Order: sequence, then structure tokens, then C-alpha cells
Amino acid sequence: MNILDPQGPIAAAEKTILIDSVAIMLAIVVPTIIAIFAFAFWFRQSNPRAKYQPDWAYSGRIELVVWGIPALTVILLGGVAWIGAHQLDPAKPVDGTGQGVTIQVVSLDWKWLFIYPDQRVATVNTLTVPVGAPLHFQLTSASVMNAFFIPQLGSMIYTMNGMTTHLELRADEVGTYGGLSSHFSGDGFPDMLFDVHVVPQTEFSDWAVKSAHSAQGLNADSYKELVKQSVPKDKTVYRLEDPELFQDIATQRIAPGPGPDPASGKEQTVSSGVPHSGADHAR
Amino acid sequence: MLGKLTWGAIPFDQPIPLLAGAVVLVAILAVLVWVVVKGHLPYLWREWITSVDHKRIGVMYTLLASVMLLRGFSDAIMMRLQQAVSFHSPGFLPPEHYNQIFSAHGTIMIFFVAMPFVIGLMNLVVPLQLGVRDVAFPTLNSVGFWLTATGALLVNVSLVVGEFARTGWLPYPPLSELTYSPGVGVDYYLWSLEISGVGTLVAGINLVTTILKIRTKGMTYLRMPMFCWTALASNLLIVAAFPILTATLAMLILDRYLGFHFFTNEAGGNVMMFMNLIWAWGHPEVYILILPPFGIFSEVVATFSGKALFGYRSMVLATMAICLLSFMVWLHHFFTMGAGADVNAIFGIASMIIAIPTGVKIYNWLFTMYGGRVRFATPMLWSLGFMVTFIIGGLTGVLLAVPPADFLLHNSLFLIAHFHNVIIGGVLFGAFAGYTYWFPKAFGFRLHEGLGKAAFWFWLVGFYVAFMPLYVAGFLGATRRMQHYDVAEWRPWLIAAGFGAVLILIGIAFQIAQLAFSIRHREELRDRTGDPWDGRSLEWATSSPPPVFNFAILPDVSGEDAYWTQKLLARQQGKADEPHYEAIEMPRNSPTGFVCAFFATIMGFALIWHIWWMVIAGFVGAFATFVVFAWRDHDEYEIPADEVARLDRANIAARRELVTAARDAS
Repeated sequence: MNILDPQGPIAAAEKTILIDSVAIMLAIVVPTIIAIFAFAFWFRQSNPRAKYQPDWAYSGRIELVVWGIPALTVILLGGVAWIGAHQLDPAKPVDGTGQGVTIQVVSLDWKWLFIYPDQRVATVNTLTVPVGAPLHFQLTSASVMNAFFIPQLGSMIYTMNGMTTHLELRADEVGTYGGLSSHFSGDGFPDMLFDVHVVPQTEFSDWAVKSAHSAQGLNADSYKELVKQSVPKDKTVYRLEDPELFQDIATQRIAPGPGPDPASGKEQTVSSGVPHSGADHAR
Repeated sequence: MLGKLTWGAIPFDQPIPLLAGAVVLVAILAVLVWVVVKGHLPYLWREWITSVDHKRIGVMYTLLASVMLLRGFSDAIMMRLQQAVSFHSPGFLPPEHYNQIFSAHGTIMIFFVAMPFVIGLMNLVVPLQLGVRDVAFPTLNSVGFWLTATGALLVNVSLVVGEFARTGWLPYPPLSELTYSPGVGVDYYLWSLEISGVGTLVAGINLVTTILKIRTKGMTYLRMPMFCWTALASNLLIVAAFPILTATLAMLILDRYLGFHFFTNEAGGNVMMFMNLIWAWGHPEVYILILPPFGIFSEVVATFSGKALFGYRSMVLATMAICLLSFMVWLHHFFTMGAGADVNAIFGIASMIIAIPTGVKIYNWLFTMYGGRVRFATPMLWSLGFMVTFIIGGLTGVLLAVPPADFLLHNSLFLIAHFHNVIIGGVLFGAFAGYTYWFPKAFGFRLHEGLGKAAFWFWLVGFYVAFMPLYVAGFLGATRRMQHYDVAEWRPWLIAAGFGAVLILIGIAFQIAQLAFSIRHREELRDRTGDPWDGRSLEWATSSPPPVFNFAILPDVSGEDAYWTQKLLARQQGKADEPHYEAIEMPRNSPTGFVCAFFATIMGFALIWHIWWMVIAGFVGAFATFVVFAWRDHDEYEIPADEVARLDRANIAARRELVTAARDAS
């Protein structure tokens, strides 16, 4: 998951900006740190050779320099930020070879659902993508916020219920990479990991065709099971029976996730009764 | 507010946990009462609990902060140990416990350690530096402190009664909504901060008014010590920002208690509104915390360099620029929520612009040392440690302000390392510098230097060992708040961070030892002159500890560094005429703050547990306290001129010895 070992153009460009920015800042930070040590050491009370100037407290030239240096640095970095923010906007399309793949991402408590609407495939906690092709992600959440992040491909993006966010990525090297949720979402949060299999384009087509005939189907009914709070052990592959599933989730035609099960949740022992009935009453 | 709350509710909460908690609470109270009844209760009540003296209130704030630092640090070390062992393993803390711990750690460290520490130091020092006898609203000041203590108490009650929030220190909805957090944890968080937030606002109003309206003769704005300027900026931010926090949390309370839909998933609730509102408070909040330490460092560096602060006006400008800019950058906390390139770029650049005045401050401290005679006393060590550490924190902060870099580093352990870098390296080091620097002023004796230096070195090294590895882990993709993980590359860095936490623990042990040792040996460490560091501002012109009225004769200020100028003048002129003493009127002590907070505690606890009759009782009690206070007849008492003269002559005699000795030496 090393972000300094990028495997796609977005992550590579972001890494470059990161390193350039640090380099620009180090150019003034390192001399300043050295000056702190040097001044403190030279002007120590026990040094008779240091000249004591108790009333020296203003110098227009130095003031100009100390306002000027940080200002110039920020102007330079501000340029980097402006250009970078536009070039690397998560929703900006990315070039690539071959057919692009649309992947709809739903964060659930506590797993990731990946829907390939064109391939009629859906998976849990595993992502298979063709190398070199533009990847169009549409993301939402079935319940609380999460953030979708494949560190070696770059640009994390939040998932929020009732909203769709967009992310464009590309993977340039065949391999298996790690992905995770980078926004805390409750007790099962640390298990919201997924693997990303970057495969040759022909292999991807084969995988898609095979998966579209999976024994398990995903539709509104089987989704109801998935939406309950749980940490799945298996990385299930479904054939997608309802191609509108993502839109239904994102537009809340399917109700948001139910949260902890009142019957089994540990915290319920203390306090469940009153807040629940109160909320129901108000609605 | 009471009407709405009583409207929705009839039932008591379930009695069993209530009873169990009550027993624990009663036991704690019994122990406290037993200790106090050993004879110190009347003294404590008379001299401290009901005190409206800004110095005593300041001391109580810092004491509260210190106690809560121990609580917050216990959480920290448990988290570090959990992450050190939870590779491919559930560790020793289950998620529901671990999640409470990191939420409580953040909440406690920000609201009940950093805030009371800086507010306490401001309370103690600002009126002394302004050369005045009191703050603008002494009783309100006491109310503010006790309401803060109420918040801290409620957070700690959640340890034994119920649970604390499991949502992180900022309860992002929808996770914090009733659907996903049905327990009382979030309610503990909300009511603690609603109550202590009022206390903070009150403290802010008091200090702003004091600085703007009550200054001694000749103390014009541009003669105020730097710490007063940063206190002014910080408290202006409190007054502007804390109502946003209170309102935002109130909306979440309405969602949770009365079925509103401000931030819910359903019925048109908007979670993005919460993000915007909470950070519209949250970003100014970090400047509320860091600005007073900037002032402390300015005082300390100037004093221990034996020189006036370099570029004073530039520093004032930088301070007020930071104050203004801090309200314009909140969106950088959620670049990764898909706001769009223009918005991200503008807020990124705005955030970087804050680095300009902050950089100026670093350079001005640097040039304050230039041409000085630098003494490496403990407060100066904290300041130097701060300067180096804070620059690194500033670098990583500006890096996070570059949106494409933030796309990789947001919410990672890199971010955690960054804000601990500025909060420990900036706020906490500043608080410790101020604590060591002003301790003799507050109590009349110095803290032991050797133990203080040992504490400093363990803290400094411990900080680097604990947090530099987290920067690396962030580059390796490690995200925050993981109860367990199975990425092998993260493991060595998280183990290293655990060792750092242990080093900091040793640093804290040295601080406790330093305090205990200094109290036992206070006679040897006694500060008889009131000016142990050869200070420059007016707090050093009075005795240590100062009399209740601070100054027998209000000082007349004729330039920057008021007391330094006075000292120079005194050395040239020698003996001055005895001043003409007059009787002084001071405000009477009042139990209003304590009683009001007592009822607020009851009310907050009752609200958390939906015990509506008790909510009413608490509210009526708190309100009645104010009514009684409003109808008081005698709010001031007079200290006769003879008494003032007696106290002041003793101080002058001690001081004259110092001046004579200094003149003989030179």
C-alpha cells in the first residue's frame, strides 16, 4: 500500500507533487532550523565573543526578508496546488488503452460492494480491473460515510449516502494491490479491506463472462442480506440481476442500512429502548 | 430548550445501569468528601472553590487540564499498545472499547487539556500583564471554569456509567445519528461539550472585554505584551467560533432527541452541512489553541535572551492576520469529499497563506535571540524545542494543504502525525513553557530546574520517536483508527511509536516528580523578589504570589516592555519616594459558579439518560442560582490602605535588594 510506489498515472502524478512540494519547503525549512541552533548556540550567555545588543529589536530589511521568503514560497506552492487540484481532480477523465470499465462502488457496514453494470457482475471486497484501461468509479454509501482508497492507484474519495461521488483511475501494472476504507465507519471498520487484481485485458473479459454466470445472483432481495451489519469472510462474486441497483441505493429508493440490530447489539443492553421509541414516535 | 426537552419525554431511563452508576459516583464523592473533611474543606471552599480571583481561577483551570492530561494520556498509551500488538490479532481492546478510547482521547485532549491549559494561563497572566487588579467579569469567570469542569466530569462519568462516543472526536453523522449510534455515548459527548462550550464562551467574553476595556494607565494597544495580543486574538476567535460548535451540536441533539433531520440519511438531512459547520468552528479552534502559546514563546524567548521581542509590530500584524485567516480555510478538512477543483484549489491556497504570518513569527523569535544573551532555562528549552518541531509540523501541514497530496494522505497516520506535531510541539510545549515560566508567579517558588529539563528531554525525544514513525506509516497507506491490521510493513513503525509513548510517559513522570519535589523544597526555591527570570512585563513588577489586588499602586506605563523600562529607570534613579496608598475595593467571592455547575452537572447527566424530572430540577436550580446572584447586595469589600501599604512595603524592600545587588554587580 506504499503511496511512494505508484502503479498508475494518478498516483504517480500525486507522488510527484508530494515530493516536489516537500523539496520546495525543505529549501527554506532546513536553513531555518540550522539558524535556530546556530543563533541559540552562538548567543548563549556564556559566550563572551557574542555581542550583546539588548535594544536591537527592529530592522526594516530583515522584516522585508522574513515576510518575503514565506510569501514567495507560498506563491510557488500555491501555483503547484492550483494546477495540481485541476489536473488531478478525482472526477477528471483519464486516458487509457482499450475499453473503459464502469465500476459502481457501495460502502456497506462493513464491506465493499463493487458493481460492474456493463458486465452484469457484482463482487464483495474484491476488485478485478483490466490493465491500462480507464476506470470510471461511481461511489455511494448504503449507510455511514467511508472513503474508498487504493493507495497505489491514488486519490481517495468519500462515499456518502444519498450522494454519488466520481473517481477516475488507471492501473498500469499487472498485479494485486490492497485497498481500504480511509474513513472510520464503526466497529467493523478495520476489516473493510479489499484486493485489487489488475489483469491483462483479455483475462478481464474472461473473468467478466465467467462471473456473469455465477451461481449467486444479486438483486434487491439478496442485497437486503448484504446491507445488514457484518464482516464477511468470503469475497463473493455475484451475477448482477438488477442493473439499476446502484441508482436505487444512491437515490435512496432502497432504504439506507439499518444500523446495529436491536436484538443483538451489545450497546443495546444499556440504552436502546427509549431513543428508538422516541425516534419512531417523532417520525 | 427545557420546554422542548420535556415535551418529548415521559419515561425514566432503565433504572439498573442508573443505580449502578450512582453507586460508583457516590463512592467517588464519598472519598472526596472524606479527604476534604479532614479539615481542608472550609479553606478550599473559602479560598478556591468560591474564589473569583482571576489568578486562582487560572490555577484551577491548569490543574483541571493537568489531571485530564493524565486521563487523555492513559487513553493514548492504550491505543499505541493496542496498535503495537494487533497485527493479525485482535489485540487486548475489542473494537467497541478501542473506538471509545480514541474518541475520548481526542475529545479530552482538545476540550479538557489544551483549552483549559491555555485559558488558565491567560486568566492568570493577562490581567497582571495589563497592570490591572481584576478581570471584567470575575464571577462570570468562575462560572466559566466550573462549567468546563462539569464537561470534564461528565466525560469521566461515562467511564463508569454507560459508555462514551464511538464515533471519533468529531461525531460525523450519519454514524453519530440514532440509527447507527443508538447508545448514550454520543449523548455524553454532546452534553459535555454543550455545557463546557458555554463555559468556554463565557471565558472568552470575559477576556476579550478585559483586554479591550481594562488596561492600566498608558497601556495602549501597541504597548501590550505579545501574550496579551495573542490572548486577544484567541478569545476573539472563541467568541466568534464557539457559538457555531454549540449550534451544530444542538442540531445533532435535535436529530437524536426529537427526531429532526438536520444530518440524517433520511428525509433530506444533509451530512455535508455538518462537515461545513463543525469545521467552521474546528479550524478556528486550532488557532484558539496555538495563538496563546505563540504569545508565551514570545515572552519566554525575549526574557531569556535578555532582549526586547524582535519586530513587535510585525508580530502583532501576524497574530491578527492569523486570527482573520483562520476562518477562511475550513474546507481543507474535506478535500477528498469531491468538492471540485476550483473550491479545493482556493481553500488549499488560503490554507497555505496562513503559513506566511506563522513563518514570520518563527523568524522574529529567531532574530530575538540574535544579539541576546540566551539562558537555557527550562522555559527556553521548551521554546527552542517548539521552534524546531513546529517548523516540521508546519511543513507537513502545508503539504496537506496541497489538494493532490491530501488525496493520498488524508485521514492517514501521516495526518495524525501532522496534527500531533503541531499540537504537542506547539500547544503543549507552549503550555509547559508557560507553566514553568509563570509557576513562581502563581505560587511564590520556582520549579526544580534539573527535573524540568529531564522532563523536557523525554518529552522531546518521546515525541519524535512516537510520531515520526507515524509519518512513515502514513506513506505506507496506514489509515487512522484501525483497531487491528494485517499489513506487515506497518508493524515496525507502530511498535516504534509505542516506544515513543513510553518515553513520553517517563517525561510525564518527571513532571510529576518535579512538582512534588519543588513543593517539598519550596523554601529553597522561594522567589522573594517577584522577578525570578529578570522579566520584562508587568506581572514581574508585583510580588510572587501577587496580593489579591495584584498591584498596590496601578502602574503607569510609558513604553513597550513596561517593567523592563521601570527597572532600568530604578537602577539609574535609585530610591524612589514612598507612594501614597489608598484603600482598594475587590469583588467578594461567590459560590455562584460552583453551585451553577453543580446543577448543570445534574442536568447534563439527566439529559443523557432521559430523566426528565431531574433535567427540570437541574435547570431550575441553575437558574435560581443566577437569580440569587443577581439580587446580591454586597458584591465588593474594601481592603484598607494600611493593609495595602504593609503588603507593598515588604515587596518593595525585597525588590530594592535585587536592584542594589544588580547595580553592585555591574
